[in-house]
Amino acid sequence: MSKLTEFRWHGRGGQGAKTAALLLADVAFKTGNHVQGFPEYGPERMGAPITAYDRISDEPILVHCDIHNPDYVAVVDETLLSAVDVTSGLKPEGGILINTSRSKEEILPLLNGYTGKVYTIDARKVCMATLGKYFPNTPMLAGMVKISGVMDEDVFLKEMEESLRHKFAKKPEVLDGNMQALRLALESVCK
Amino acid sequence: MSENRLYTEPVAGIPDRMSGNEAVANAIRQINPDVMPAFPITPSTEIPQFVATMISNGVIDTEFIPVESEHSSMSAAMGASAAGARTLTATSSCGLAYMWEMLYVAASDRLPVVMAVVNRALTGPININADHSDSMGARDSGWIQIYAENNQEVYDNFIQAYPIAEHKDVMLPVMICQDGFITSHAVENITLLPDEPVKAFAGEFEPEHYLLKKDETMAVGPYAVSKYCMEAKKAQAEAMKRAKDVILEVGKQFGEMSGRTYGFFEGYELEDAEYVCVAIGSACGTIKEAIRALRAKGVKAGLLKVRVFRPFPAEEIAAALQHAKVIAIMDRCEGYSAQGGPLAADVMAALYRAKNQAEAFNVLYGLSGRDVQVEDIEGLYAQMQQIAEGAAYETYQYMGLRE
Repeated sequence: MSKLTEFRWHGRGGQGAKTAALLLADVAFKTGNHVQGFPEYGPERMGAPITAYDRISDEPILVHCDIHNPDYVAVVDETLLSAVDVTSGLKPEGGILINTSRSKEEILPLLNGYTGKVYTIDARKVCMATLGKYFPNTPMLAGMVKISGVMDEDVFLKEMEESLRHKFAKKPEVLDGNMQALRLALESVCK
Repeated sequence: MSENRLYTEPVAGIPDRMSGNEAVANAIRQINPDVMPAFPITPSTEIPQFVATMISNGVIDTEFIPVESEHSSMSAAMGASAAGARTLTATSSCGLAYMWEMLYVAASDRLPVVMAVVNRALTGPININADHSDSMGARDSGWIQIYAENNQEVYDNFIQAYPIAEHKDVMLPVMICQDGFITSHAVENITLLPDEPVKAFAGEFEPEHYLLKKDETMAVGPYAVSKYCMEAKKAQAEAMKRAKDVILEVGKQFGEMSGRTYGFFEGYELEDAEYVCVAIGSACGTIKEAIRALRAKGVKAGLLKVRVFRPFPAEEIAAALQHAKVIAIMDRCEGYSAQGGPLAADVMAALYRAKNQAEAFNVLYGLSGRDVQVEDIEGLYAQMQQIAEGAAYETYQYMGLRE
């Protein structure tokens, strides 16, 4: 029986939710998985709600449809909680990670009675402490690896370091900040 | 050209992951064609973007021609191809529609241009998502049309495009189609081939006649009076018939090199299938997933995935469907004929000529990017089982409509 894990990302145009979804597919590929990473396209513009998806499996993936019953959901922008039904179809044995500075207790009433695991992360705080700029997709990526357990955290960090080193070959200082952001994010996920 | 190919022995593939548009760009990089005129349109825009980037980085030396419209991109492609240059372009939807006039001219001038078509709905309502109305509308334009289920297939098909198009028995333009966004923008696993074997497989464009040929004056696309015009059309039709053998031969040679052999269509659990979907493109993966589940329950479900739509392999499709009890022919494109879509029209005609008496009906699905779920397909197979037991049915129906 194949092990398939499905992710749905909610963000706003320009925040990098699509990029985060593609990065997750990328790092999962590098750790030996079959992957699909794809955004849902519409009349997108800066600030509009967007959705992106990942499938990660140990077997080839045949389907080409949207994910209606994800195992895990990422909410990159908490203002979406009142605009989008982010827990729609989310499996109760799965979980949701919300980028917010608020406590889980404050967030829970906004989740339409979702009974699965709810996690929060203050991505802004992580970004400011490590990057000095707000790029929420970096901590959210680490957070989704953490809550899903889809890959070993050390393997994740090693693969990310390798690809970031390649990407920022001429700007090593950026590499350090991003790696710090990923490490701090792994520690900053609140149950 | 195909006669001169070096690599028919197996070569080791390179595992990678990328989107369908990146896969096409990789094939272009490896082939390094001479000329690419293009005008951007979603969701094919990335392809000329990637090519332009590769040119500016010195990776390839293709001549890029930025034009002001798709009518011009096809016109420029025709000029370049007629001059003797290996030429490509890319487009989608309304961009393809705007090329309309020129599509017919490229085919009748027997210019082996290759076009990456990233399928998208035609307006209206205005929509940017996948369906096949753009290329299906061009099905009578004289272009060969080859469709892909995923990024791997669109890559493999693109590598086979020039050996088919430029074959001396063919000399026709080719559309290499994939579903907009669903595969063009989805990152998936893929196995690339090394550069050298792909270059050798694609070979060089060595036309017999071309405008820049020294000591041979020729005209391309002149007026033909009625006394001669029909013969030109018949010659073009014969080339489309001959393309069938060439497509099979190139698909076989590609298989010897890559381990992935291609024909006119793929049968999935088809041999003993009683209930068969006939479909094109990315939804075929979703259909396969449904078939897996149904087969586990003992239901004889199968799929015939059409890869080559022009030329249309009518006899071969009819032969492959001879044991089917119920056939659902799936169109991702309206025909507005009041009786169904274009794939159904051709498959129904093929079944009729083969005297196949199976229950067959047409399912319109996935228009303008409407999502197709495994459950939708399972419902379709359930209907096919009911039809086999005598249930009445509409021969032209929609799947996945909002209630």
